Amino acid sequence: MSDALAPRRPLDLMPLYKAVFLGVVALLVIVPLLATVLGGFKSLGELRTNPFGLPETWEWENYTGILFSQRYWQLLWNSLVIATLTVVLTLIVASMAAFVFAHIHFFGSSMLLSYLTMGLLFPAATAILPLFIKVRDLGLLDSYLGVALPQVAFSLAMSILLLRRFFKDLPHELLEAALVDGCSYIDFFRHVTLPLSRPILATVGTITFVHSWNSYLLPLVMLNSDSMYPWPLGIMIYQGEFSAEWHLILAFITLTILPTFLLFILAQKHIVAGLTAGAVKG
Amino acid sequence: MSQHGGTIAIPQEARAPAARGRRGAIDSRLAALLLFLPPALMLFTLFVVLPIGEAAWYSGFNWNGFGKPTRWIGLDNYRFVFDSRGFGTAFKNNLLIIVVSLTIQLPLALALALILAERFRGSVALRMLFFLPYVLAEIATGLIFSFIYDGNYGLLASIYRAFGAEAPHLLASTQTSMLAILIVVVWKYFGFHMMLFIAALQGMDRNLVEAARIDGASRWQVLRYVVIPLLYPTIKLSIFFAVVGSLQLFDLVMPLTRGGPADSSNTMVSFLYNHGVSRMRVGYGSAIGVILFVICVTFAFTYKRWFMRNE
Repeated sequence: MSDALAPRRPLDLMPLYKAVFLGVVALLVIVPLLATVLGGFKSLGELRTNPFGLPETWEWENYTGILFSQRYWQLLWNSLVIATLTVVLTLIVASMAAFVFAHIHFFGSSMLLSYLTMGLLFPAATAILPLFIKVRDLGLLDSYLGVALPQVAFSLAMSILLLRRFFKDLPHELLEAALVDGCSYIDFFRHVTLPLSRPILATVGTITFVHSWNSYLLPLVMLNSDSMYPWPLGIMIYQGEFSAEWHLILAFITLTILPTFLLFILAQKHIVAGLTAGAVKG
Repeated sequence: MSQHGGTIAIPQEARAPAARGRRGAIDSRLAALLLFLPPALMLFTLFVVLPIGEAAWYSGFNWNGFGKPTRWIGLDNYRFVFDSRGFGTAFKNNLLIIVVSLTIQLPLALALALILAERFRGSVALRMLFFLPYVLAEIATGLIFSFIYDGNYGLLASIYRAFGAEAPHLLASTQTSMLAILIVVVWKYFGFHMMLFIAALQGMDRNLVEAARIDGASRWQVLRYVVIPLLYPTIKLSIFFAVVGSLQLFDLVMPLTRGGPADSSNTMVSFLYNHGVSRMRVGYGSAIGVILFVICVTFAFTYKRWFMRNE
């Protein structure tokens, strides 16, 4: 009955080969993930004998052992602190710069903008050794800031571009009216631009968070002590310690990607918009 | 907003003569400029631009990072890099990743996008599912697949055993280590490219497709002569990201093979890590970094100039 009205096409009208194609790809994506989650509930022996099925006996200890360990929470905490620092600093620094580039015309502004967007052209890895020496000489080695500051610096280019575009699209009359009324640029930024820009701030914040949460190379180079490690470093060490005990490693992997998964479910709009639209508009 | 009268409601004291208002606007502009721009410029210069310059400088020294660099050896580090077999392999591996991205991943992403850009029950869920691997950390993805590839406990080994065959140790052989990584690369990144295409398809002018249909074009003709040409900008963009992504691939390699066995599966970045960073050979590592930098920048500029003129 809805055929005439709704643009939705029911799945069964789709040609069979398309459905098969989608099904195969979906399986290829799901099976590794599901096997990881379920593998964490199995014993080591059962991983061999029953690789694909549900666990015969659910070994909750694999998971609870990790959940009750201080190590797991320490890793998540470190990641959270580094990611939060990175997001907050990126949003502050990038939105201020983007505001200037969006609203203030001055000699050399386009040159400075291209200077900042140079950061899009090459990865942090190219200068990782001098960066290490710089962070060491600043006394920031083995500190959260030693990881967060370079991450902020490298996320600036994309963040400024995204924020600037959004700021420019805000109605121009707002700024003119505010200036006539004697409002300063800085007040306008704080009380008008920022409150109106929540969607883009959320998007930029989410991308920055995901990048920082997942990052491996910078913390690997900048941090020395276990107590500072974010989870990607911690899980690599865990894997080294329990190299053959895959059931434990799988449980650990599951528990460490769980926060990413939850964030993805909650903020999928921002994540997809940010990671793709950010790319397109960059 | 309302508690700060300056913006919308106009408090009495803010009604200044026009001349003073203009002066004030210029002063406040200057204040914003001087307050808002320096943090970004300083951070960027300190942690992005200077290190690149320093890499060029350090690459002329034989230096372990302690004290001051004193043993100037000119361009020798570059010679060592180009003479090493490992770097050549890493460079080829990077090219291989690009080739696989273009010949397998891109068509796969495009095909999925063409199906999933339509709205039907489950299309959004499938999009999200296919995008999920892109959101997962490279480290976690690498570990998941090192389990799948594991010769004793892995899923692949189980499949082989089910057919009574000897399970291969994909990651432990110089012949197959790179193949194993390539599979994971496609698995992890196809969803990102698919989303690019879906976004482009949804922004596409439906009238062009309708018009072609009315003119009697077949489904295939519409795809070949209308939709694909309209997607060229996105395809160029997708290629750009595939190349840039390949040039910085590192996190995925470490949990799978660490670049081994015998440097068979390094990318340029993992080669830089294994031979420069982890041994604190600052000069040598910086030389690799400079080479990588030159490759990235040259690629970005020529690609933009040749293929993305209008964008």
